[in-house]
Amino acid sequence: MWGVTIRYFSKSMVEKPKITISSSPFLHDQITTPKIMWELVYTLIPVLLAAVYYFGLSALLVSAATIAGCLVTEYYLGKRGPLGNPLRDGSALATGLLLALTLPPGFPLWMAFLGGVVSIGMGKLIWGGLGQNVFNPALVGRAFLQAAFPTAITTWEPPDGRYLGLRGTNLAPPFYHGEPVDALSTATPLSEMKFSHAPTALNDLLFGNISGSLGETCAFLLILAGVYLIARRIINWRIPVAILGTVAVLSGLLYWLNPGLYPSPGFMILAGGLLLGSVYMATDPVSSPLSPKGIWIFGIGIGLLVVLIRIWGGLPEGVMYAILLMNAATPLINRFVRPRVYGYS
Amino acid sequence: MIGTTANGLKDKLLTFRHGIHPEEYKELSSCRRIERMPFVEDYTLPLLQHIGAPSRPVVHKGQRVRKGELIAEPGSYVSVALHSPVDGTVTDVGLYGHPNGQMLPAIRIKADPFSTQQLNRPAQRPPEELTKEEFIQAIQQAGIVGLGGAAFPAHVKFNISEDKHCRYLMLNGCECEPFLTCDHRVMLEYAGELIDGTRILQHFIQADKVCIAIEANKPDAVVALREASARLGFPVEVAPLKVKYPQGAEKMMISAILGEEVPAGKLPIDVGVLVSNVGTIVALSQYFRQSQPLIERVITVTGTAVARPANVLVPLGTPMRDLVEFCGGVTGEATRILLGGPMMGIVQKTLDTPVVKGTSGILVLTEREVQDIDTFSCIRCGRCLEACPLFLNPARLGLLARKGLWDDMEDNNALDCFECGSCSYVCPSGIPLVQSIKVGKAMIRERKSK
Repeated sequence: MWGVTIRYFSKSMVEKPKITISSSPFLHDQITTPKIMWELVYTLIPVLLAAVYYFGLSALLVSAATIAGCLVTEYYLGKRGPLGNPLRDGSALATGLLLALTLPPGFPLWMAFLGGVVSIGMGKLIWGGLGQNVFNPALVGRAFLQAAFPTAITTWEPPDGRYLGLRGTNLAPPFYHGEPVDALSTATPLSEMKFSHAPTALNDLLFGNISGSLGETCAFLLILAGVYLIARRIINWRIPVAILGTVAVLSGLLYWLNPGLYPSPGFMILAGGLLLGSVYMATDPVSSPLSPKGIWIFGIGIGLLVVLIRIWGGLPEGVMYAILLMNAATPLINRFVRPRVYGYS
Repeated sequence: MIGTTANGLKDKLLTFRHGIHPEEYKELSSCRRIERMPFVEDYTLPLLQHIGAPSRPVVHKGQRVRKGELIAEPGSYVSVALHSPVDGTVTDVGLYGHPNGQMLPAIRIKADPFSTQQLNRPAQRPPEELTKEEFIQAIQQAGIVGLGGAAFPAHVKFNISEDKHCRYLMLNGCECEPFLTCDHRVMLEYAGELIDGTRILQHFIQADKVCIAIEANKPDAVVALREASARLGFPVEVAPLKVKYPQGAEKMMISAILGEEVPAGKLPIDVGVLVSNVGTIVALSQYFRQSQPLIERVITVTGTAVARPANVLVPLGTPMRDLVEFCGGVTGEATRILLGGPMMGIVQKTLDTPVVKGTSGILVLTEREVQDIDTFSCIRCGRCLEACPLFLNPARLGLLARKGLWDDMEDNNALDCFECGSCSYVCPSGIPLVQSIKVGKAMIRERKSK
């Protein structure tokens, strides 16, 4: 690191041990940046397995495509880190997995690959690599896909129990403009709620037997992963608590005012990408504020925007835009929210 | 009672906000009784072993000195006297290596091989008969400095101006640095002297309350001091604090016990608190009761690369090499030699420097504990903000330091940092945060002095 290694010649009991001169402290916590990233990846594996359980081989292929997009981009365009190969810090793998989990199961693989390329290229490397980006890379990739392929990304298929079966749309060739091949599109719980005010049973939301993106159907696993990551101090507990708390309070208030019109807080929390977003996307340390107070503002802002978009906005789901908007506000929050330094009133 | 609720049951231990929990490693030496270092041939006594002006030598080459005899007088008010640790002959007054890395003036004394090395000094007047001015002067003449590590002259600290009132006399036995156990052993083995020294100091300070703060990982010291306090009939409150680094920093201790902050740029006495290390108070008692000026101190020699970790009572001026070899020498795996603890200690390039008043420990580490981790970009996780006991923004300060933006650093309160190293400890990207801040602080000070 900063040390200078010198040879130590003198009449010690020991023959010339190698002594390094550097500045204190000399102890270090066990948690390192690659460990944070890899731990995220490990906790995403059960979530991915659940997606495979519900959506079959399609889930695996879509993930493979986004991960390939991310890894290839990082490998060829990324800066060589302290570990040499830029892939070894695990951050590109985490981005690829996260992006996949926000996509529908029948998503064409070439689009998924492209999404991975954009996530790393435009979401991260263009800003200067790890630690420099303003927005969460996976969400940048998804926002790109949403803008570029609005139909494909909103074509939801229900879990159908065909573990080895492939969805035809997965294999759509690039820039294919025909009718979607055997797509059986259904509404997600959120769009059913939005457009026909039909709530889905909470039990189905909790255990994932619903249509939706790969990673957002099994709320139960996401809650477990969140608790684990908080206990391991990998993610900042304030972010999920602030987001979910705000959503619960606001939607609870609305539900109390008019239960017929507004969804219940439980539904708001379990449906859609809110849990995935609060546990994995909003908690991205790079694009969230530094200070605890700033983090509360950030989390509450996301919760507020999610409720606003979901209930009064044009889209059924708003987690992605809520997080991206608050990502954009993060430098501002960092600038204005400074902790009170000890000894100053 | 501090650390307990009204009904006397132990409640949550008192502490400050933020901070870290490094591995302690204290078991290496905490159960070892204090041993006496055998006398060696040559002693080197730097004239600057404290903060302030160097002492002025009053001996000349070839002069015979007795153990405890004055060899250098205070150079100014913020300076203390220096005494010979042995019976012997002054062989040189010249430049010698100092633990801070420089060559500085020092008095070199060759021990008399035929001496019994008994301390034979005229008895001191009982401290109760002294006026406050005489007391302050006596401490300066005794060469007593803060033994916690900073080595600030004790008489300056104890000389509280008339317009200030001391509400709290706090004795610091936290010893929050990992590895170090010298204060722990001093509290156990010199409990009587510690209580007696406190009584002497309290006689002049007249604080409303006296307490000894000890981290809860030293329950035996808590018991020993409560017993000594009862035995000597001098009531002292012993406050167990939560084990957390940097609990032993003055400001953090005051926050923990009083729940008050010391305003920026002020001293603890400005909020009515006097903090002193336990070893300093023992030295005070030893001077008045046994006529022994500060000529020796307890040092922890430890680390996994030391053959026989120990707590040693060492005459000042003893070469560190002899001390380390007394403890069995270092093993071949040694990669770092430090003075002090692993969090704030100063790395040494050689053992050919002497033990000085501010030396609290010699630590020899191997790669296993040092864990030099690779440096990644800052991922802005905010862990350093949640570790900093002063609520600074180390991530930002480190970035500004690396860009050389000294003025911006000053605006971000860089000068308040007391360099505890918690930020570097927690940084998952292995960024040398406190190291950069130290550089920045030096640059700011340099620009100011111009």
